[in-house]
Amino acid sequence: MSAPQASIALSVTGIEKSFGPTRALAGADLTVAAGEIVALMGANGAGKSTLVKIISGSYWPDAGTMTLGGKAVAFASPREAKAAGIATVHQATDQAGAAGLTVAENLALDELCGTGPLFVSGRSIRRRARAIAGLIDLDLPMDRDFLDLRPAERQLVAIARAVAAKASVLILDEPTSSLSTAEAERLFALLKRLRAQGMAILYISHRLGDLAAIADRAVVLRGGRIVGAFPRPIDFPAAVAAMIGRPLEAAAHGGEPSTAPIIAALRNVQLIPGAVPFDLDLRSGEVVAITGTLGSGKSRLLRVLFGLDMPHAGTVTLDGKPWHSDGPGRSIAKGVFMVAEDRWQSSLLPPETPGASIAGTIALPHLPRWFPAGIIDATRERLVATDAIRRLGIKARNADATLDQLSGGNQQKVVLARWQAEPCRLLLLDEPFQGVDVGAREDLIAAIRGSQGGSATLIATSDTEEALEVADRILVMRDHTLISADGSEGSLAAAIGGAASASPRKLEP
Amino acid sequence: MTTDTSQKSAPRASNIAETARRYALFVLLGLMLLGFWWAQPAFINSANLFSILQAVSVVAILGVGVSITMSAGGFDLSVGSVAASAVMAASYAMVVLQLDAVSTFILVLAIGALIGLANGLLIVKVGVPDLLATLSTMFLLAGLQLIPTGGRSITAGMVLPDGSTAKGAYDPAFLLLGRSRLFDIVPLPVVIMAVVAVIALFLMERTRFGRVFYAIGGNETAAHLAGAPTKAYRLAAYIISGTLASLGGLIIASRVGRGDVSAGNSLLLDAVAASLIGFAVLDKRRPHVLGTVLGAIFVGVLLNGLTMLNAPYYTQDFVKGAVLVGALALTFGLGKRKR
Repeated sequence: MSAPQASIALSVTGIEKSFGPTRALAGADLTVAAGEIVALMGANGAGKSTLVKIISGSYWPDAGTMTLGGKAVAFASPREAKAAGIATVHQATDQAGAAGLTVAENLALDELCGTGPLFVSGRSIRRRARAIAGLIDLDLPMDRDFLDLRPAERQLVAIARAVAAKASVLILDEPTSSLSTAEAERLFALLKRLRAQGMAILYISHRLGDLAAIADRAVVLRGGRIVGAFPRPIDFPAAVAAMIGRPLEAAAHGGEPSTAPIIAALRNVQLIPGAVPFDLDLRSGEVVAITGTLGSGKSRLLRVLFGLDMPHAGTVTLDGKPWHSDGPGRSIAKGVFMVAEDRWQSSLLPPETPGASIAGTIALPHLPRWFPAGIIDATRERLVATDAIRRLGIKARNADATLDQLSGGNQQKVVLARWQAEPCRLLLLDEPFQGVDVGAREDLIAAIRGSQGGSATLIATSDTEEALEVADRILVMRDHTLISADGSEGSLAAAIGGAASASPRKLEP
Repeated sequence: MTTDTSQKSAPRASNIAETARRYALFVLLGLMLLGFWWAQPAFINSANLFSILQAVSVVAILGVGVSITMSAGGFDLSVGSVAASAVMAASYAMVVLQLDAVSTFILVLAIGALIGLANGLLIVKVGVPDLLATLSTMFLLAGLQLIPTGGRSITAGMVLPDGSTAKGAYDPAFLLLGRSRLFDIVPLPVVIMAVVAVIALFLMERTRFGRVFYAIGGNETAAHLAGAPTKAYRLAAYIISGTLASLGGLIIASRVGRGDVSAGNSLLLDAVAASLIGFAVLDKRRPHVLGTVLGAIFVGVLLNGLTMLNAPYYTQDFVKGAVLVGALALTFGLGKRKR
């Protein structure tokens, strides 16, 4: 171990962590100096969140050491980490404070819960809250309910609390994933100020634009190890290559524009009133990915094609015929399938429900087609499921296993298998790699790319590396319109940067 | 830090516990039969056993309806009132309107289906939560059934609110429904219960329709995104429940032979209890037809046995409540599956 250095705020060495057979971290080393913003990059499943959870005390590492301000530390709970001066702002901002309490009460929450005076009045809380808010020049209505705040505002409340608690290390997990451009810029300005005050900041993101804006150093995590460190100016193509494990050019599939027959054609489609109309062709055998920030309209486009939402204007044709759907039933009958995001909410059944097995999960949308007389032939279901288990490498006891017994990646494979069990024309996948480890993601990509046959596949993902890995063509969506639709190799990196960065919106009508 | 050993030894231990939980209610039922037989040999003769089944048939039929609505994520609180209204409607149809047995039968079932449809529309179209919608229907019917007769029970020769005398009477053919026996041994209501149970069991466990009912109850969004017409299914669940409840009412009416205003007082709670006790049968942790019927029988056997042992009538509700608490604790509490 090196001698404690005054400037190193946080240092972790040789951190290992396994969950059952899955090795999330295989000896990760990381240091963050005081007054430095370190960007932690990594694809989904690379181990970013595990590392963060170990540093912030949620997980106990299997091996490895950690020092904070030069002293060896080990945290058994998030509370201990917080007391030692590590503040974490999580992606889910609704947990950053207590709903039902006012902004003022939330700002003063640490004192109310812990060391504050026994008796408090509204006035004393507000006074204390204003002092805390003043630390970061936060100007919010103190009497608003925390729940009514926008994600950006909740984040700022959490940061203010961290500063008030005299945290020496601030960890931000995907902080800009739900922020608007202006909000992100405001956050960056604040982070730069905290850096100037000597705070060590660990910034987790895979948005290259964010990292370009504020990171002093980028550290890339892949397969549970640090595989690259990039000092400023950060070489982003090299960083992305380190992140996905191969050169950027190799990651883009194809390159030749497809001339296969058009399956779905969108003309002058306006997703919401006021959005810029766009055209889109989806060709047979093609995998197209759409990236863009949360709320950019990716999901809405998929929902429009699946018949859950109506486009504001424009026409859609499917195999040359006008396409209107009044809902999932008709879409599925016509071969338009959608894997919605958040599988537990959108696709899976609780384990005690009949039909919650792998076989039943795959069969659910196809029941009318498979069993027109109504009587279920369990053998047929199981046959399809057993085939899917073999083809996709699903790790499960057998076709009767319920989904809660599977890992996230295997659950997602089952969901994909459901929609590959019948031939389709257009397969729509919304964030198909959510909560999926790297190995399973590769299997999923192979399955998506391997068997699309004569159908078109459209994938919405806010993760640009995922898009790079899976798609023939990448489109970028912003403000409910497509802003890049050529997908040529040269524009790819620019498109990624553009998708992630806070570039001005010049496409306003 | 988690210890690996506890996770490894857990499955074997939980397998034994799981098997025990699966068959707990069957074992208890068997023990109960043996116990009552030992204490009172007359308990086990076929006449008594069939009288138990006859006594629980209506509750079981209503319970099946409740469990179907529950499986689709709803809850029909109106079954008791529907059954009571069916008793009054059947009596009114024959005594006042002078209809024959078949027309009465069809009319009353249609009324039950219509009430189910109204429940369903209130829930699916208007958007009233299931419990509140069926609770208000329950109240509505409890009052509505009293209005045509001015709050009086319906018997042959009764004086109507307008001063005239009712000219009709119960059709003897109608009374056969509740009072005759198949092969002179199995009461017809028991046969009807068995037929309803078998059809419902097949529908819910072996057909894609049942699968979709459960899928809607498990995750309505997932069912919808998988293309299921979820609203139609939820409507159907309430229509089935309403129809079965009116069938239960017809059986009561034919057994009692008059339109009694207090008929079906405890039916709702008994039917709901049967469905909930059914959760524990085979450790399914969900509403299911077999469990509901067994739940009804379980309570019926217990009450009959205790009555034979001279337990006072007023302890009945206490016994039912105790069984329900035990069954639910078995289902949800003891040895909860690890997620």
